[in-house]
Amino acid sequence: MKIRWQHLLCTGVLLLSNPLWAQQEGKSELDALREEIRQMRSDYEARIAGLEARLDAAETRENTAVVASSPAKNAYETLPEPSAGTVSLGRDSSFNPAIGVTFQGQAWSYSNDPEDYAIPGFPLGGEAGPAPEGLSLAETEITMSANVDDKFTAMLNLPIVIEDGETVVELEEAWVETLALPANLSLRMGRFYSGIGYLNDRHFHSWDFADQPLVYQAFLGNQYTDDGLRLSWLAPTDFYLEFAGEVFRGDRYPAGGAANSGVGSTMLGVKTGGDIGLSNSWMLGFSWLRADADERESGAEDDPLLFTGDTDLFVADFIWKWAPNGNSRQKNFKFQAEYMWRDETGVYELPDGFRGPWDYDQRGWYAQAVYQPVPRWRVGARYDRLSGAVPAADWQGSSLYPLGDDPTRYSLMVDWSNSEFSRLRLQYNYDDATGLSDNQFGLQYIFSIGAHGAHSF
Amino acid sequence: MKNRIMLITLLTLFGLPATTHASLNVFACEPEWSALAEEIGGKLVEVTSATHALQDPHYVEARPSLISRVRKADLVICSGAQLEIGWLPMLLSKANNRDVLPGQAGFLEASSFVPRLDVPQSVDRAQGDMHPQGNPHVQMNPHNIALVARALGARMALLDAANSAVYAKGTDEFLLRWQSAIVDWEKRAKPLAGKRVVCHHKSWVYLEDWLQLQEVATLEPVPGIPPTASHLSSLLSELGTDGSGADVIIRSPFQSAKASDWLQEQTGIPAVMLPLTVGGTDGASDLFGLFDDVLNRLLALTGGAGG
Repeated sequence: MKIRWQHLLCTGVLLLSNPLWAQQEGKSELDALREEIRQMRSDYEARIAGLEARLDAAETRENTAVVASSPAKNAYETLPEPSAGTVSLGRDSSFNPAIGVTFQGQAWSYSNDPEDYAIPGFPLGGEAGPAPEGLSLAETEITMSANVDDKFTAMLNLPIVIEDGETVVELEEAWVETLALPANLSLRMGRFYSGIGYLNDRHFHSWDFADQPLVYQAFLGNQYTDDGLRLSWLAPTDFYLEFAGEVFRGDRYPAGGAANSGVGSTMLGVKTGGDIGLSNSWMLGFSWLRADADERESGAEDDPLLFTGDTDLFVADFIWKWAPNGNSRQKNFKFQAEYMWRDETGVYELPDGFRGPWDYDQRGWYAQAVYQPVPRWRVGARYDRLSGAVPAADWQGSSLYPLGDDPTRYSLMVDWSNSEFSRLRLQYNYDDATGLSDNQFGLQYIFSIGAHGAHSF
Repeated sequence: MKNRIMLITLLTLFGLPATTHASLNVFACEPEWSALAEEIGGKLVEVTSATHALQDPHYVEARPSLISRVRKADLVICSGAQLEIGWLPMLLSKANNRDVLPGQAGFLEASSFVPRLDVPQSVDRAQGDMHPQGNPHVQMNPHNIALVARALGARMALLDAANSAVYAKGTDEFLLRWQSAIVDWEKRAKPLAGKRVVCHHKSWVYLEDWLQLQEVATLEPVPGIPPTASHLSSLLSELGTDGSGADVIIRSPFQSAKASDWLQEQTGIPAVMLPLTVGGTDGASDLFGLFDDVLNRLLALTGGAGG
């Protein structure tokens, strides 16, 4: 009972003195109140006394600059203080960036040796390829992010990986982005994942399968990250329409050798999307990557192919998400498909020294569906396919010459998440891409501690 | 004709809202704040809510449609206290709208204007999905709505200075009606004081504080983890089967009824779905209806107005 009459009292006092109002608005508030009083004098005679009291209170507050002597505190004095941060001299940890660590590990079993994994006609570059057989650590990602000041924000992503038995710290992302550009523009600079396609800029831990689709492995070296700039603009339309342009150094697959004086690749993309009713939402994107390659390596690591020339990669991506009433917590469904078309023009050099002109195009796509029937459990299926023009007979017997059948792969997965910070996954691939059908079983864990950034659609 | 069909198809696909020319465009994360902005700003504001009452505001996709709505917003108002941490930062980062970033006048964190409850001394995710700045579901105490109304009215006046007098008047008029409603609610709610409640999630601490209800248990073993069979059976042994362990089991519209129905059956304690925000039930059609309906539903179960 005590609390209740205090509530009443406090809100009554609030009405009269209006402290928060006065504290925040200062001068314009005074003007507003004077104006208000003038306007309403005839209609609201009875309220004028009250308004003048507010005006007095506002003036007093402006002069003395008292911070929040809110009468509300009287009513709530037994309760904890409102959010105002505590001031503590000599402690500078409060500006520490948000730090998070994602722990990831896996166990894979293959019927063929994953060391020999190669897709005929599609020599893999970058980080593409199957995970090691047996138990292994995948990336251990360390992320840090914070606002630099009122105009910039920064993000660092340092995966620690085991490569050939050695522990390597990679710099996967290190970028700074503007917060305050006008006209709905935003500029990012540093090293970051290109926004090409749908999956490319997503971190390993947020993939719905333990590995990337074949198109990403064949055409983007698993995931294209490079040093550069990104300018994005959100069009002033009622629906979502985003344009993005990126330029990169061009040092990584599908670019290579920082060609063109160190401005080796360019990406242009557009994305749109919307909702259909309360339960459905979708996104559609088109992007184009132009990458210059100067002696770009692909294929076997010890004995690579070298490519010098231009790569054009077009990607169309489509995402559809469904959740009853948009409440994805209980039940949800996600469909995603991407189509890629690549045209490469230049010169390939084989490990045996053979060099020849190359001008062929290749295509591929995947489609996947993931369903969460009850909280925590999800099941998914994915289909992958690649296809390409058959090159001249000169290339026969090389890793650039495709098989008669298009490379395909079928995948199934089931995962369980105790919370949004933990996930265990079982995956099966029937991989027919190499020409020798391969049954691949994988177990994966993903755990994250500390700060965890919001995920994009 | 063909063109019209095309146009309608396009409008449906993109889920486009009807375009209006309000002087202040408000993006609210939750329906209680969009309702409040509408009470204060009336026809001057165009209001949109990112979530609706049937969605769990913790778990929302950063959908393209929301990004474009944040881009257009003059003011973003959210409960805050990390309630929207899984999606709001992504919306703000993608919307390229510098005027509504935290720290700017165009961003208002409602929970920072009220005394927050359940502020943990230390945080550890073993205790579940913790909110280091306290429980974010502040809207369930009408006194908090009054505090936020004042802050929101002032902010709207600041952002749309030409109409500041209208927002001031709107705030005052709303508060006059609100205060008299509170007097009425508190009179009606007297018999509820001291009642023991079991909640699905810790969404009701501000309601409990206001009505002096006693929370004796939650269906979630720790916040954010769905009810498990083992936790429910331990609740059953705690609460007994004679209906005397607690007075009511509460869940919100977006939570599955399975756990609370099961516990109702086993313990004989009545279970009720209460609206957690505007639109959660037919009765909760506005802020006034929200508290009317909450009280009606609770009073109906716990012995009515006679106590």
